[in-house]
This record gives sequence, structure tokens and C-alpha cells, in this order.
Amino acid sequence: MAVSGGSEPIISASGLRVGFNGREVLHGLEFEIHQGETVVILGGSGSGKSTMLRTLVGLQKPSSGSVKIKGVDIARASVREMDDVRKRLGIAFQGGALIGSMTVGENIALPLKEHTTLESSTIEVMVRIKLEQVGLSGFENFNPSQLSGGMKKRAAFARAMALDPEILFFDEPSAGLDPITAAGIDDLILSLKKAYSIAMVVVTHELASAYLIADRMILLDRGTIAANGPADEVKNSRHPRVRQFLDRIPDSTRDDDVDHLRIFTEGIG
Amino acid sequence: MQWVAAVGAATGRSVEYVGGLAEICGRSLRLLILSPLKRGRTFQRAIHEAMAVGVGAIPIVTLITFFVGIIIALQGAYELQRLGATQLVASLVAIAITRELGPLITAIVVIGRSGSAFAAQIGTMRVTEELDALETMALDPVAFLVVPKFVAMAIMLPCLAIWADLMGILGGAFFGVAGAGFTFGGYMQTTRDALLMNDITSGVIKSLVFGMVITAVGCQEGFSTGAGAEEVGRSTTSAVVTSILMVILIDLVFTALFYLARGGA
Repeated sequence: MAVSGGSEPIISASGLRVGFNGREVLHGLEFEIHQGETVVILGGSGSGKSTMLRTLVGLQKPSSGSVKIKGVDIARASVREMDDVRKRLGIAFQGGALIGSMTVGENIALPLKEHTTLESSTIEVMVRIKLEQVGLSGFENFNPSQLSGGMKKRAAFARAMALDPEILFFDEPSAGLDPITAAGIDDLILSLKKAYSIAMVVVTHELASAYLIADRMILLDRGTIAANGPADEVKNSRHPRVRQFLDRIPDSTRDDDVDHLRIFTEGIG
Repeated sequence: MQWVAAVGAATGRSVEYVGGLAEICGRSLRLLILSPLKRGRTFQRAIHEAMAVGVGAIPIVTLITFFVGIIIALQGAYELQRLGATQLVASLVAIAITRELGPLITAIVVIGRSGSAFAAQIGTMRVTEELDALETMALDPVAFLVVPKFVAMAIMLPCLAIWADLMGILGGAFFGVAGAGFTFGGYMQTTRDALLMNDITSGVIKSLVFGMVITAVGCQEGFSTGAGAEEVGRSTTSAVVTSILMVILIDLVFTALFYLARGGA
């Protein structure tokens, strides 16, 4: 956590509110993410963590407040400014989101071809390097549909890293994977963290992997930040909702059995 | 009086829909003209699309328009026989096919093959977050997906329509030779005499407009796909139905315009 001291934050959100169709999902979030830091955003289903990720990468406009990435307010940036910001971000989507009509290699080459003036032979070498880093050497000519779920995620990591981004985002990197494959993905994230020391934002609900990779955790609960701090601090938090999440305690759905029965009998007879 | 409000709302939605189509066309044209650097790759993708849209449709268009040529000849001969004017079958087929049925049938085949495919492709990309991925890679989905489709359609649909004209006339010739005592050379000569350049160009112009409409509707339906696989099915169906309706409407307008322009009124 030494990095977060005096340095300028690479992402900062203030008063961030997001809503759709009149329903507000995020209620005024404040946080900062610094260079070289791995931040895990935890939260249950419907806590707003996916919306938060979509907002951070500019796919969702905030209804008020601001998100600054490297000082650029992405809610108010022009298309060109936004494109410049986006070229410095890498995003690995939950299902990989590889372009189905292209091979794995072409998918990874795509940002390089579109945004750089590199020779195609250079691009080919870079594609192989990126694939090697995620443990998919030799898969460049496969179609995304021929890959397993875990391999798709790895290929998506490779594509996210193609332009050597300054911030990497991962959406549920271990969701839907068996424990062994999920552990492999965690390892991969840890090795990327060591190799690049770039900022990484990981959205997940998997506690085990969160403990393993996080420098800092932000726990979202019903659209607000319930905890934000170093992994150990959050682990030992006394906040009731944080404890409930970390200790896997279900929401109590019925307060009183008699009250509950009344739902069925009210207004009858 | 509730139906008045309903009619008004439906009209509003239709106007909004057509506005959306115009916007997607305009945006694609602007992107095509304004980004010279990316034109090379756009044309590469356009060639890829053109193979699927145009070359892939040749067998089915050939078959259908050949048969339609025979059908028109048969129906025409049935009536013309009574007047002892079976000779007019050749010009009847030529005019009906080049001015109307060639472009129209081509458009309907292309709607079924490609308009639906556009909606399904883009819709699936919406559902699997591929559109989001493109956007976050600073790639405009319209530039990446839609512009090549427009280019491919603008070139291939007129070509297919001309091919369909030829096949329809050959179908007519098949009947002419087999059933109406023409020689093949004689049938073709009669056809040539009956046709004006205007007949062919009006069909080709129509098919160009059909191509733009089919692409715009297919892509717009794809982009408006909601979440889930069911929605992809819905947008595909909607792309086909809307495209057919719009193609017929535009055909009506064009045919009326051509008719009036020739002093038919």
C-alpha cells in the first residue's frame, strides 16, 4: 500500500451516482485507485459491482458525479478524448467477449492493427508473446467457440493486454470455472501483477480469490461502499454487512413466523 | 377516441424508427468518407461481407428467378394465346422481370439470407458483450461492423439484380423455345428489341435502395437487441418482417415515380 500515499490517483470517483430507468443503482460512491495497485471490488448479486465496472470503463454514463481516469472526466470527455483513454485500458469481460468471427490470434491482433502502425510481422510476434503469457501458446488459429470457458478468459486477458494498458479491468475472472481452473486464473493475475506493476481492478464475488490477489478491497453493498481498505483491514472489519458477506450469512427473509403466515391469510374470510 | 392516440403513438414510433435508419445510413456514410486511413481494412471486411451477401446468394437467386421467368411466361401465354399474340410473351417477361421481379425477388432472397444474418450477428454480439468489447477497445461498432455491410450491399445487390434479370429472361426463353415456337436466338432478339436501357437502370436503382434499407434495418434491429438469446430471435424476425414491408413500400413509391416520370399519368 506504499504506492497509494502521495501519488496522483489513476482512477478517482466522486459523488458517483448511476441509475437506469429512474432506479438508482449506485448511490454516490467515493474512491480512488492508484498506480500499481490491485483493487478487488467485492459484492453480492445486485450490489451494483457490474454497473460500477461498466461506469469505470465508460460503457455506462453516470447520472451525476464524476469518474476521472488519468485526470480525464470520462462522463464529459469528447469521443476523441474517450478513445485516447480507452487505448490505455484493457478490459477482460466475463465471458471473454472475443469476436466470434475471428480467430484467437486475430482477436488479439485487432487492437494492434487498428491503433498502431506496426508491421504485420511484428504484430504476429506480439500476439504470440501475449498468448504465451496467458498460457495459450499455439492457439492463435483456433476459433473462440473451440475454446473452453477458462481458455476464453485467458485469451480475453491476452487481448486486454495487447496495447500494454496502464489499467487492467477484470469482470468476474473466476466465475463459472472449476476450482482448479479458477486457481490458475488467480495465479495468472498474480503473475501479471508481478510482471507489469500496473493498476488492476478485479470485480468478483469469490472470496478466496479476492483474499489472494487484492492489495485493497472495496466492498459494495446495495449501491454504497460498505468497506474500503487494505485486504487485512476489510477481513477484520466489524461492519455488520461486511461480516455477513465475508462469513456467508444469508439475509433473514422472515422476521416473524406469525407475520409471515399473515401474508397468506390477510384479507380472507 | 382512444384509437386516435394509439394511431398517433404508432405513427410516432414509425417515424422514430425510420429516423433511426436514416441516422445509421448517414453515420456509415460519414465514417466511410471521413476515415481514409481505415478505408483499406474497411474494404477488406467489405469483400468478406460481399462474398457472403452476393456470391453466396447466386445459386438460390439463379434458381428462383429462372423459375419465376417460366411462371410469368406461362401465365402470360395463357392470356395472350386467346388473342393469338403468343409472340408478345418475350417482351412481357423482359419488362416484368427487369423492371420489377428481378430486383424485388433478389431483395427478398437477400433479406432472408443476409438481413436476418446481420440482425442475428449483431444481436448475438450485443448479448455476448462483444459490442461492449469493441467499444472499450476504442473501435466504433458502426465503423467496424456496419460500414463494410453497406459497402458490400451497395455493390452486390445491383449485381445480383442484373444477374436475376438475365436468369428470369432465360426462364422465359425456356418456355418460349419449348412451348411457343421461338428459336433461342429469336427469343433473345425479341427481348432485346422490347427492352429499353431505362428498364434495366430503373431496376438497378431500386435494388441499390433496397440494399441500403435491408442493411440499415438488419443492423438497427441487431443493435436494439436486449439481453438474452430469445431477444436475438426476436430481432431477427423483426428484421425480416420490417425489411420486406419497407422494400415493398419503397418499390411502390419508385414504381409510381417512374410511371409518372414517363408521362404515364
